[in-house]
Amino acid sequence: MGAIDIKGLTRSYGDFVAVSDFDLTVVAGECVAILGPNGAGKTTVVEILEGYRHRDGGEVSVLGLDPAHPNRQWRQKLGIVLQSANDLNELTVREAVEHFARYYPSPRDVDGAIELVGLTEKASTRASNLSGGQRRRLDVALGVIGRPALLFLDEPTTGFDPEARHIFWDLIDRLKHEGVTIVLTTHYLEEADALADHVVVVTRGRKVADTTPADLGSRSKNLVSVRWLEDSELKEQRTAEPTKFVRELAARFTGEIPGLEVVRTTLEEAYLELVNVSEP
Amino acid sequence: MVFSILLPIFLLVIFGSVFNKTKLGNTNVSFAQYFVAGLLASGLLYSAFQQVAISIPEERSNGTLKRLVGSPMPPSVYFAGKLAASTFTYIFQAIALLTIGHFSYGIHLPGSATLWLDFVWISVLGLAASSLLGIAFSNFAKDGQAASALAAPVVLFFQFTSGVFFVYANLPKWMQDIAAVFPLKWMAQAMRGVFLPKLFASQEVGHSFELPKAAVILSVWTLAAALLCRFTFHWLPKNET
Repeated sequence: MGAIDIKGLTRSYGDFVAVSDFDLTVVAGECVAILGPNGAGKTTVVEILEGYRHRDGGEVSVLGLDPAHPNRQWRQKLGIVLQSANDLNELTVREAVEHFARYYPSPRDVDGAIELVGLTEKASTRASNLSGGQRRRLDVALGVIGRPALLFLDEPTTGFDPEARHIFWDLIDRLKHEGVTIVLTTHYLEEADALADHVVVVTRGRKVADTTPADLGSRSKNLVSVRWLEDSELKEQRTAEPTKFVRELAARFTGEIPGLEVVRTTLEEAYLELVNVSEP
Repeated sequence: MVFSILLPIFLLVIFGSVFNKTKLGNTNVSFAQYFVAGLLASGLLYSAFQQVAISIPEERSNGTLKRLVGSPMPPSVYFAGKLAASTFTYIFQAIALLTIGHFSYGIHLPGSATLWLDFVWISVLGLAASSLLGIAFSNFAKDGQAASALAAPVVLFFQFTSGVFFVYANLPKWMQDIAAVFPLKWMAQAMRGVFLPKLFASQEVGHSFELPKAAVILSVWTLAAALLCRFTFHWLPKNET
């Protein structure tokens, strides 16, 4: 049994199908990234796992419990970092962390948790006076204060500058080394590449890929785009065997192939292609 | 928050100064003495009902409730916290009202332990009914601003019709009948039982302060509000479930 087991999950909002026939297994100790464009259903899936949203169908088990019926013991093993938060504004960083530490049976040391997210110098600052990135790190401190076995991070680095993002990635790396199972949603492919052991791509509520970042990358490395001009039209062919294709193409033309380009797609393009193919 | 704490004190200072010399009917009771009972009852609505009815939608819309319900906090702790905040606000208000009232407007304080005891149970029951009604009311507003726009007129309406700003016995019968269904009328009348002389009871509509009846009606409201909360309270905004 995995830390998370999902079979045939469905959820609609009125007529809009947000998630359909979604399967996923997350092994304890791994970091899974759920990738997808805005509105793909990432947050719906994650908030069903967190016990916030109800589902219309399917079987879901999170740390051995159906999240539709959460209990306190189960909540103690979970860390949740929501997509956006503007609460706690009147509390200082230390007050907020101290407060939430009280809800858990064996919390981290308060100053240790503040240091872990790099907010030691801001410990006495009110949450309302933190920058966006600092505020996000406070949310992470609150997510990990109870030493969760499973941590949810919903788009944790949206709006970060590149440096802040790398500092954040180091933090997640440290948590991974502590053995925390991490479910991360993001629309940054490089973030999934840097952090995840396992990548799931979701578009329009459906899973279109479930693999390792390396495999997703190698897929893209196999995918090459050959472009040329024929009958004054730009033609394009995607192929895993570009040499073979160009040889065939060369046979059809006498001399040079007009406008020939052979382009290797990047990881980003592979992802975009995956996402676009599944759009109607 | 500041508004909830200070408003009854402002009202006492304004009304107390304007009607300082006014006596009620052919009695020896000053309007200030009558008014302070109504303000203490209003204080229960401000510090419990209004404060709770506004702060919960605010905390629901800014994500506080979502964070709390996702943590292992037992839900009862949240409601206990709301009740505690209301209680502290009310205690502060009551002390301020009675101190200023006594020293600036010559308001007589209850003269016996029995009357103080009445004051305590009226306050406790009033706080319970008002905060639970505030929690039930919090379901109707999507954020703090909307809640504020909804709750403030409700409080004002009942202050006018329940014998806070006007003498209840002088109100039109239909107004009295409406107010008599709701808690503020009974909280104010019971407070008058504590703060007005026994003889004044004859001036009341029922020729008595009807403290036992007030206790029953406030208890019924407390139970009804608790049931309403039990079945209607939601932690998350409607579109986030």
